Amino acid sequence: MLHDPWRPAFLALIAGLMTAGAAVAETTAPKAVSVGEGALLAGPCAACHGTDGRSPGSIPAIHGRPADAVAEFLLKYRSGELKGTVMNRIAAGFTPEQIKAIADHFGAVK
Amino acid sequence: MNRLPSLTRRSLLTAAGAGAGLSLFRPAASRAATTGAAKARVVVVGGGFGGATAAKTIRRLDPAIEVTLVEPSREFVTCPFSNLVLGGLRDLPSITHRYDALSQKHGVKVVHAAATGVDPAARTVTVSGGLTLPYDRLILSPGIDIRWNAVPGYDEPAADVLPHAWKAGAQTALLRRQLQALEDGGLVIIAAPANPFRCPPGPYERASLIAQYLKTHKPRSKLLILDAKDAFSKQGLFTDAWTKLYPGLIEWVPASRDGKVVSVEPKEKVLVSEFGERHKGAVVNVIPPQKAGAIADAAGVTDDKGWAPVDHRTFESRKVPGIHVVGDACIPGAMPKSAFCATAQAKVAAAAVVAALNGTSLPDPQFINTCYSLIGDGYGISVAGVYRVNAQGVAEEVPNSGGVSPKDADAEFRRKEALYGEGWYRAITADTFG
Repeated sequence: MLHDPWRPAFLALIAGLMTAGAAVAETTAPKAVSVGEGALLAGPCAACHGTDGRSPGSIPAIHGRPADAVAEFLLKYRSGELKGTVMNRIAAGFTPEQIKAIADHFGAVK
Repeated sequence: MNRLPSLTRRSLLTAAGAGAGLSLFRPAASRAATTGAAKARVVVVGGGFGGATAAKTIRRLDPAIEVTLVEPSREFVTCPFSNLVLGGLRDLPSITHRYDALSQKHGVKVVHAAATGVDPAARTVTVSGGLTLPYDRLILSPGIDIRWNAVPGYDEPAADVLPHAWKAGAQTALLRRQLQALEDGGLVIIAAPANPFRCPPGPYERASLIAQYLKTHKPRSKLLILDAKDAFSKQGLFTDAWTKLYPGLIEWVPASRDGKVVSVEPKEKVLVSEFGERHKGAVVNVIPPQKAGAIADAAGVTDDKGWAPVDHRTFESRKVPGIHVVGDACIPGAMPKSAFCATAQAKVAAAAVVAALNGTSLPDPQFINTCYSLIGDGYGISVAGVYRVNAQGVAEEVPNSGGVSPKDADAEFRRKEALYGEGWYRAITADTFG
């Protein structure tokens, strides 16, 4: 149905995103898409840190950091060892397991 | 309709025509397998933060799903940062966004028409011009409508004299012009509504940035807030900052001290409070009571108070299956009616729709809210919240998380939050419309 010139690039982008954030079941077409915990929990992060953690503004980017580093930051915000402005209040709302899922999601973004 | 470019018109007709030859009752997957068409069709009504995010997210998660976004306007002017326009810190073009990236980059079919009706049994949406769009899942994100005459005298013509400016655009420009034309010494009045309403800290950020403008340009003027409630979002932080930055300029009158406006006389620019006191302003901004956008009523998803009850695991309506409602129009549990929450909800609704159409399961969602308010140059504050969904499908705050900026924070902290507010605006608008 779509015949725009963006489509090949778009599909390539999507393919990358899906391996990162959403697992694709190995079935015949049409493929069943499922959304993983990390991708779901990381959704709201983009409102400040940019789509896929690529910040367009003054707020630090998450993209391009290894998962372990993202998890370490979040856990330190959670414990209060690291002082931020708003991040202590936000990290306090997530369990270490949820933080790992979020960190793994951002760590896998290409 | 005459001004629809041919491409959009063709998309509209294609989308409408495709449904005619297909059984609506056949499961989406088998239909795709037998016809080679899209896996399923989703219609999203409303091109604000919630609707645009939902449409884009579905396409990013599963490009085999056809997504049609129905939105009458070609441009979207954001309510966030519209208070900066009122204060003269920004212009309207800098808070105006288009739908080009949604259609060109993400393959969303954008139909510039108004949704006029929903048939939940046939699973179709009627749009202005009479065409019908079939859907497997419908997402409504219609934002708010004003409850005209809920405050007697405040009807649509009254808004041309006493702007609400609670939908950004022409109303914002009108209120800005009135403030510019104000004589030094003239009184500005803001009437703030009872809960629930769009953007809980909004009236008080507005008061702050108008105060900054008055202090600089009309130093003898004062600002009066007549409030229909006795407490408001980030109250302590706002009132502390007002004392520091605008001493004696802003007066806030709570409901318990006769702040509730019960009628309006537009010609006289008079607001009448509960005990009969008449407040005459030179510029009067009435922020009136609100309800979910009209299409939510038409779809049958609203309750007797005018908002849409939903299950926060999926944002599916508790009244009509197959219809999801996100953003200001839904009843959000503990979450505020904010642009941030609208996007967080839209992403969960999009994931829920993708999971439902693919027959896959969805993990438990969690939501974040962060609302920055700018009080003056280099002086920002925030409120944050983290929300989980309980067994009844209602969002509740995660204990011991969230909260407002520290009361005793230093100037550097306030400066950073002003800077991060700007960063938030760039990020959320790019994430939604880019």
